[in-house]
Amino acid sequence: MSRRVPSQVGAHATEGKREPSLILETCVHTLFHTALLFSVFLLFAGHNAPGGGFVGGLVAGAAFVLRYVEGGSGEVQDAAPVPGTVLMGTGLTLAVATGAAALLGDGEFLSSGKLEMDVPLLGAVKATSALAFDIGVYLVVVGLVVVILTTLGAEPDHPIEAEEAP
Amino acid sequence: MLFVLGLHAALAAVAPAAGRRLGRRVFWLCAVAPAVTLVWVLRRASGVLDGRPAEESVEWVPGLGLGFDLRMDGFSLLMVALISGVGVLVFAYSRWYFSDRPGLGRFAGTLTAFAGAMLGVVLSDNLLVLYVFWELTSVTSYLLIGFEDKKGAARAAALHALLVTAAGGLAMLGGFVLVGQAAGTYSLAAILADPPSGAVVSAGLVLVLLGAFTKSAQVPFHSWLPGAMAAPTPVSAYLHSATMVKAGVYLIARLAPAFAATVAFWRPAVITVGLATMLVGGYRALRQHDLKLLLAYGTVSQLGLMVVLVGAGRPDLTFAGAALILAHSLFKAALFLVVGVVDHQAHTRDLRVLTGLGARMPATFVVAAVAVASMAGLPPLLGFISKEAIYEAMLHTGSGVGDLAAVLGVVLGSALTFAYGARFLWGAFAAKSSPTPSGAVGPEVPAPAWPFMAPAALLAVLTVVFGLLPALASGVVEAAGSSLDQGIADLHLVLWHGVTPALGLSALTLAIGAGLYIGRSAVERAQDRMPAVPSAFGAYQASVVGLNRIAARTTGIVQNGSLPTYIGVVLVTVLLLPGVALLGVDLPEGITVAESPLQVAVVALVIAAAAGAALARRRFAAVLFLGGVGYGVAVLFIIQGAPDLALTQILVETLALVIFVLVLRHLPERFEREPWRLRQGIRVAVSAGMGLFVAAFVLVAAGSRTEEPISDEFLARALPEGGGRNVVNVILTDFRGLDTMGEITVLTVAALGIASMVAAGRRRGDT
Repeated sequence: MSRRVPSQVGAHATEGKREPSLILETCVHTLFHTALLFSVFLLFAGHNAPGGGFVGGLVAGAAFVLRYVEGGSGEVQDAAPVPGTVLMGTGLTLAVATGAAALLGDGEFLSSGKLEMDVPLLGAVKATSALAFDIGVYLVVVGLVVVILTTLGAEPDHPIEAEEAP
Repeated sequence: MLFVLGLHAALAAVAPAAGRRLGRRVFWLCAVAPAVTLVWVLRRASGVLDGRPAEESVEWVPGLGLGFDLRMDGFSLLMVALISGVGVLVFAYSRWYFSDRPGLGRFAGTLTAFAGAMLGVVLSDNLLVLYVFWELTSVTSYLLIGFEDKKGAARAAALHALLVTAAGGLAMLGGFVLVGQAAGTYSLAAILADPPSGAVVSAGLVLVLLGAFTKSAQVPFHSWLPGAMAAPTPVSAYLHSATMVKAGVYLIARLAPAFAATVAFWRPAVITVGLATMLVGGYRALRQHDLKLLLAYGTVSQLGLMVVLVGAGRPDLTFAGAALILAHSLFKAALFLVVGVVDHQAHTRDLRVLTGLGARMPATFVVAAVAVASMAGLPPLLGFISKEAIYEAMLHTGSGVGDLAAVLGVVLGSALTFAYGARFLWGAFAAKSSPTPSGAVGPEVPAPAWPFMAPAALLAVLTVVFGLLPALASGVVEAAGSSLDQGIADLHLVLWHGVTPALGLSALTLAIGAGLYIGRSAVERAQDRMPAVPSAFGAYQASVVGLNRIAARTTGIVQNGSLPTYIGVVLVTVLLLPGVALLGVDLPEGITVAESPLQVAVVALVIAAAAGAALARRRFAAVLFLGGVGYGVAVLFIIQGAPDLALTQILVETLALVIFVLVLRHLPERFEREPWRLRQGIRVAVSAGMGLFVAAFVLVAAGSRTEEPISDEFLARALPEGGGRNVVNVILTDFRGLDTMGEITVLTVAALGIASMVAAGRRRGDT
């Protein structure tokens, strides 16, 4: 998820007013990826165990909140691969496309389909179209958190970048 | 028929991109759509003329019984032929009218889309489908009138047309629903075959007429049409003479035979409005200096006449109306095209400045003269034949005072038509002895290229051919008339009826018209001396200004910007409406207060946190207390064995806390002290009432189950049908997938709203 390399860690925070805390930084970066991984686990496990796109998205959102605590909205912008609005748009498109795909078959809008196949190494894998829909939900929720952190969370004197330009 | 509509849609979609490469040759590309339509309609004509309508149907929303039902009978055939025929000519003409400029592709695409929508209007058999196409013509017309989008006047005129026609269209939709529900079907053919009656239907018809009157620029809604002359001339020639404004006439013609006799107000209303429109339009046309405006008011006048004819619902008048629709499309489109030629060559349309153009462009003059003569009803042209048919029919309707007044009105209106037609010819082409001081335009004007003139010339030729050989056009007009009204029998278009009273009326018309033209300066002076009456345009402006003012006042009262007031209004409403209803309901018996001591302890914590939030002086503390409430509820979920809910609740609570903190940075640290005790008391009372209400509501709602809970079925069907063991997730993504989709859409919209509001606030620097 993060496109940053370790040598740049905290680069953004140093531009701010306060010194970055090394301990906080290290902890957050460790936790960030763990949390993201956990959120993806929740997303995929969701159909049969507690979890799902919404919860997974919230966990991923919490991961971004950690980054925000570390270095403000600039840090969140660096951590997110694309702007939050793009995440939301992609997610919504994916969800709608999944629903519409059912129309191509003989189903109604949003009726779910199942696909079971044998994948080498993994064994029998079952995928339902609901998963794709859930991924859309996940992206929308993550995007929402990122949007909020980068807009409402931006420092009052910190100009908002790129995506909200007039 | 679907193929034809699809072709229009496809060409409209590709035209903007094609326009960038083709320049003004894009019009050739788009002309393919009406050309194919014309070929198609001519091939299908023989069957339709024999009384076998073409029908096609595609299911659209089967659950609502809403089908894409298309039907082409004789009248639709006439309209389709006019729309596609004039369409081809207008596209060809546009190729010469415009110079290469950006935006031509968009323009051509919109014009094609309009043509398709117009075809849809006259081919739809389903009223709701007709409405959709109807509004599409309004929207495309808005875009076409506002093509010169840098000019404020064009934008204002486009908005004017859109507001008036779309408002009428909305009324019409209401009327369609009333009539359709009363009839039990939305099929136009079925409704006309077995017309419903009753007060509801009458009310519906008033609304439908409102829509038709606004679309066809009838008094008092006519003022948008002259304004729409801000459009490029090809648009005026196509939309505002030959096609779109006839949509209202089309609808009235369809409905009149079924309802004119049974609905008491129909005939008086339609005939009064139509006659008033005819006279007002003709009167106003006599004093216009802009050739295009002159024609615009002339069109208003002719539309009024058409409404009188087709709206009366009498077979011979309907027949005459169909003839006039054909004749008018030919001569009025030709005249608009001529104005475009004059404007293009001379760069002005002011008849006080133009002089001697007849000598400079004789071909144009001849075409215009033929078209004007047809409009004025001179033999041996198509216009004369239709006028004879009109007089013949009107003299046979009856001898009541109303009928007599109608005949007099039509004669006077036709005389005005003759007069403004002559004024048009004189103004555009005559050599004037005393041009205005602003400088004459004439001698240096170059003659137009022949392909530029060809479309208008072709229309003029058709006017002559159909005049001399009326049998050629008679079949189509007869089929159009008889598909509207079965009562039409043995009516034909004939050039020479013999010496009849109708011929006398024609002669009288010409005499009055000639008198009005010869005495035109006296007429103009008389018009100037008339006291200023409130104009329809003024009324439109006043109503728009008034509407804005009322909206601003209402918003000022309703949206006063105080969050506590907003929330207070919502809460008090809840307390008053469902809350009062709860008063009479008994609480269910045997309430279990708690299932375990753990629950009691957690709830006590939640209550304490809630009290803390209410009493806190600092905002930050209040937010933390609120978070405590949320986490406490999550613990309750865990105790009840709902891990999904608890997980979600904890995460949402955490994120909400963070967002609160983000917002709090922009707010004062402490709550403001409420200065008045009374207000404080009200707040406490509303909050306490709300708490009691929610508690009572939950108890009553939980205790009043009458049906089997749906959750059992969800549990049973989750694995076999949804393919998942997590029922909550299967519900979210599958059983209630549409709800979830709605929710994530709301989230996206809300996020965009937040982002843009924050960005806007930041730009103003008030964060």
